[in-house]
Amino acid sequence: MPDRTHDSHQDSSRAPVSQRSHTVQAAHTETGIGAHVTVRLDGRDIKVPFGTTILDVARKAGVRIPTLCQHDDLCIAGVCRICVVEIEGMRTLQASCAYPVTQPITVNTHTRKVRQARRHILDLMLANHYGECYSCWRNQNCELQSLADEYGVDSFRFGHPEKPRYEKDTSSYAVIRDMNKCILCRRCVRTCIDLQEVGVLEAVDRGDKTSISTFMDKPLSEVICINCGQCINRCPTSALAANDPTDEVWEAIDDPKKHVVIQTAPSPRAAIAECFGMPAGTALTFELNTALKQCGFDRVFDTNFTADLTILEEGTELLKRLHAALVQKDPSATVPQFTSCSPGWVKYLEHFYPEMIPNLSSAKSPQQMFGAVIKTYYAKLHGIDPKDIVTVALMPCSAKKFECNRPEMCDSGFKDVDYGLTTREMAAMIKEAGIDLPRMPKTDFDSPFGSATGSGVIFGATGGVMEAALRTVIELVCGIKVENLFDHARVLPVRGFEGIKYAELPIGAVGPVPDILKGLFKDWEWLKRATLKVAVAHGTANAKKVLDDIKAGGKFAQCHFIEFMACPGGCIGGGGQPIPTSPEIRAARARAIYSEDEAYPVRKSHENPAVLQLYSDFLTDGPCGHLSHELLHTGYTARGKYIY
Amino acid sequence: MLATEQLRLSAEIVELADRYGRDRCALMPILQTVQDRYNHISEFAMQEVANLLQIHPVEVYSVVTFYAFLKADTLGKFVIRLCRTISCDMQDKDKVARQLENELGIRFGETTPDGKFTLEWANCLGMCDQGPALLVNDQVFTQVDFAKVHDILEGCRRSFSVHPMPKGGH
Amino acid sequence: MSLLKKGPIFSSGILPDEGLKRALTLTRAEIISEVRESGLKGRGGAGFPTGVKWNLAAAARGEHKFVVCNADEGEPGTFKDRVLLTDYANLVFEGMTIAGKAIGSHQGILYLRGEYRYLLGQLEGVLDGRRKAGLLGQNILGKEGFNFDIEIRMGSGAYVCGEETALIESLEGHRGEPRNRPPFPVDTGYLGNPTTVNNVETLVLATAVLARGAQWFKAIGTDKSTGSKLFSVSGDCERPGVYEFPMGITIAQLLREVGGESAKAVQVGGASGTCVPASLFAQTLAFEGVPTGGSIIVFGPGRDMLKVARNFMEFFVEESCGQCTPCRYGNVALLQGIEKLEKGRCSMAHLNELLALGESMQLASKCGLGQTSPNAFIAIVKHFTDEILGRALPAQQA
Repeated sequence: MPDRTHDSHQDSSRAPVSQRSHTVQAAHTETGIGAHVTVRLDGRDIKVPFGTTILDVARKAGVRIPTLCQHDDLCIAGVCRICVVEIEGMRTLQASCAYPVTQPITVNTHTRKVRQARRHILDLMLANHYGECYSCWRNQNCELQSLADEYGVDSFRFGHPEKPRYEKDTSSYAVIRDMNKCILCRRCVRTCIDLQEVGVLEAVDRGDKTSISTFMDKPLSEVICINCGQCINRCPTSALAANDPTDEVWEAIDDPKKHVVIQTAPSPRAAIAECFGMPAGTALTFELNTALKQCGFDRVFDTNFTADLTILEEGTELLKRLHAALVQKDPSATVPQFTSCSPGWVKYLEHFYPEMIPNLSSAKSPQQMFGAVIKTYYAKLHGIDPKDIVTVALMPCSAKKFECNRPEMCDSGFKDVDYGLTTREMAAMIKEAGIDLPRMPKTDFDSPFGSATGSGVIFGATGGVMEAALRTVIELVCGIKVENLFDHARVLPVRGFEGIKYAELPIGAVGPVPDILKGLFKDWEWLKRATLKVAVAHGTANAKKVLDDIKAGGKFAQCHFIEFMACPGGCIGGGGQPIPTSPEIRAARARAIYSEDEAYPVRKSHENPAVLQLYSDFLTDGPCGHLSHELLHTGYTARGKYIY
Repeated sequence: MLATEQLRLSAEIVELADRYGRDRCALMPILQTVQDRYNHISEFAMQEVANLLQIHPVEVYSVVTFYAFLKADTLGKFVIRLCRTISCDMQDKDKVARQLENELGIRFGETTPDGKFTLEWANCLGMCDQGPALLVNDQVFTQVDFAKVHDILEGCRRSFSVHPMPKGGH
Repeated sequence: MSLLKKGPIFSSGILPDEGLKRALTLTRAEIISEVRESGLKGRGGAGFPTGVKWNLAAAARGEHKFVVCNADEGEPGTFKDRVLLTDYANLVFEGMTIAGKAIGSHQGILYLRGEYRYLLGQLEGVLDGRRKAGLLGQNILGKEGFNFDIEIRMGSGAYVCGEETALIESLEGHRGEPRNRPPFPVDTGYLGNPTTVNNVETLVLATAVLARGAQWFKAIGTDKSTGSKLFSVSGDCERPGVYEFPMGITIAQLLREVGGESAKAVQVGGASGTCVPASLFAQTLAFEGVPTGGSIIVFGPGRDMLKVARNFMEFFVEESCGQCTPCRYGNVALLQGIEKLEKGRCSMAHLNELLALGESMQLASKCGLGQTSPNAFIAIVKHFTDEILGRALPAQQA
């Protein structure tokens, strides 16, 4: 069982009202008097630890109880009531997700009362859900639809909305909200306030007027939404969706004048199989290349190429910062340096900690670096007018849609990345083209950016950027093989799903400055016997803890480099990934990513031959040089959290 | 809102937080006081409160929209809340309602153009033995009939001309 | 308007703070066992034994404990707490102080509904008076180490905050949305601390139990419903107001007292209570009979019962907190059913479906509000089927 990314039961002080879990403390010991209780569930005796919920008892016993508001990543709400069961001796039914067992009880999960109540609850939801299943992107993957099927709903006993009550909010580049589909399970509220601590969505009004809304009912584009899309991943219906540019992408493909290039990130490749009925953790990287070509993309590139490029740029920036701070004592050199490849995280910082923008690496994310390189270097190399190039990015992310629309992301002279597609949207396009992805033959990526390294691949999991950076920094600075320090180059201290990870790496001896950095550093003597302190946080709630600690001058203020990812689990848990999500699913996707890493012949970014080629042919003044500064680095906006 | 007004409001909210505390338990008393003084809780005020209590503005908005007596929209100086629950209903609250609408020229849920009066429905005011009952701000009037409606409104108008900013409390 | 009729307890001439003075001579366990022995049950309507509640709060582990007086009297047709807070505020605070002693709390909170804010100044005055008299504060009445004070907090217009966990949510600065239970407030209440939430009238009666003893209290009322009850009487009767009667009085007896003998039905327990037709007026008002928080609404012979049902359902549609599905949407579905009945568009099959929905709401809603909101509808449909189904259509539609 993987670690929970966020233990909401322990840390619930900021959770919204009803969602705060006031739970009975589970037994601390596995043995001893009172540590276990016996539950009679549908006639079977089951022994469980004190405080276990009836739902967990049922799951343990293999008894299915339907759920809607319950989600494994979130604290208990107990509001949808679909999971009610009958406890002998109790007048009313109890929500099994919220009822802790503290004494021997007899539970029945499908009595007349239970079946009738569940059916009525579904009827009531359907009477208020503007469901048009055939024109809904969640068709066949909707929890409400599945339950209607499971409970044999064949008519709308209490009516059905004939026209929408609410206007759809399509203001955001990333997340679309449609209250007409909402069943008020409040998973999004718990995700936004509790899991992510962003605080955009809450329940407003009361009674039958209750809805989920933003501050002052403003459009999503005007509030402090970071576009992480975690709410989309947890919505049981289509009340939340990503802003889908599929039509525009098809249009570009259909236009013979357009040269359509797609880059694919590692996380969608490790997850898209789920959209085709395969188990989580099945990587279809090379099958996808074939499918994309069949869809009509002219070139398929690997985002890992620019992930490696990011490591060189960001790693060099880090060394420069450290040199400025430690040797030159330059007060403007801000340490720790924060990673900048997660656009949800970047926007979080811009809103909530704008004063810490100087800590953010100026390196663009791999997606945006790729766009800039394609519309400059690649265009020149192949003699294509950049205005005819359409760059598409397959990302696990909804925030990438916002990122590519940032006004500053036009350093190539054009919009560097035209469209960001989510894993889900890509799967839909492939299905629309009649392609059975899992059965596709394998094809390699197109050159000149084809070759990638294992370091690029692991960007997808929390700790991956840090691991990739460490592999490179250790080798460039110490002049030794990273394998000497870490078995199989697995930098284990930064791996795993713990919310915040911290590691210290003593640098012993230093090596010579490699050619590529000779223009920037004379020697590494100043790093000799230093201890590199790094940290990794995923999920913005964890990021908040680290940032508050830095402000308070705590342990993390002493760090040199910190990786932040907006989404729990990192990109594999991104807001554009297949639905559903759970700790188990994210762990399976991470396993796929790490095994892909091990399969690469080259596993360190600075050894990527295509990247080295790019520096020798195009970015000739090296990492953090003039041209790379122009194309591969960016600035940020202090947004603040006030809305005027 | 003018910058000077914002500054004054911010200072007032800081003062309220000093009085009631800076944890979430202080939220209701602070909002109640702001509502009282300004006849509504503005967008700006909600963000100031959120900032001081270290919660999200949307959480403040969520609370404001939940309670019938807290409002994000500006209400009149005199908020008239007529009870519409069963006992008052049986005692001809509809006639009182019509009379209020006639006198003020507005419907329930509206505010007079001069910003003096808002008409709202209320659920049970706990005056069932003396209905129809209504609240004017937090003052209660019972056994309201046509004549009383007139007197109540006149009383408000008079006090308005004497005290242009009536405080809610006694 | 004060009590129209004083019954056995309010006319017994108990002296001010007699109960508190006696409580201070007892141990915590003795106070609790006195209250338990008296059989006093919660007067808000649910009827949970007060002694048991106090015992649980007393036994619960926690450094800070709270006594909360639920003065969020919002049940339609209930106004007895208003009278108690107006005329007997000292008794209310005395009761809270006794509860504080019993459970080991130093802090009481009176949650006053926003609609009663005109009482606030007066109540603060009573509190000040008690502090000056040494009845609140440090070492109360010279009892070394017994410190207790009371703070008044306001509601802001939400019926559901009368539900104890919603009330606590509101105190904590949240929407008044009831919590999942267990854990119960006696264990995990205000700010996670053990908290006893008691109705105004319960606390007043507790002072009488302490002053005169459990046996004296038990002699009033019935075996299962001891003591007396305050009834808020309104509607079609000659003398509406608050009455004190021993528990176990029949509805017919009560109607005679208030001048409502011609009633065709009585709503007992407010909107969340039940509708009793004339044929059942021999029933008693007691926990074993028709239980009530004290609201009695009298319907005269001319009342349109469907209109009554509509008024109640409109109330619940608006006052539901909106978090759980059965209550948020169920009340709307029942109200729509009433509209169909009004228009003569409701088949028997649909009416039965609505009754079944009502049962599901009673069973599956998260809190007492949703669990009781269909009661009036179900009772009215059951007892007045002919009136409801056979009604003439509105003129413009006929």
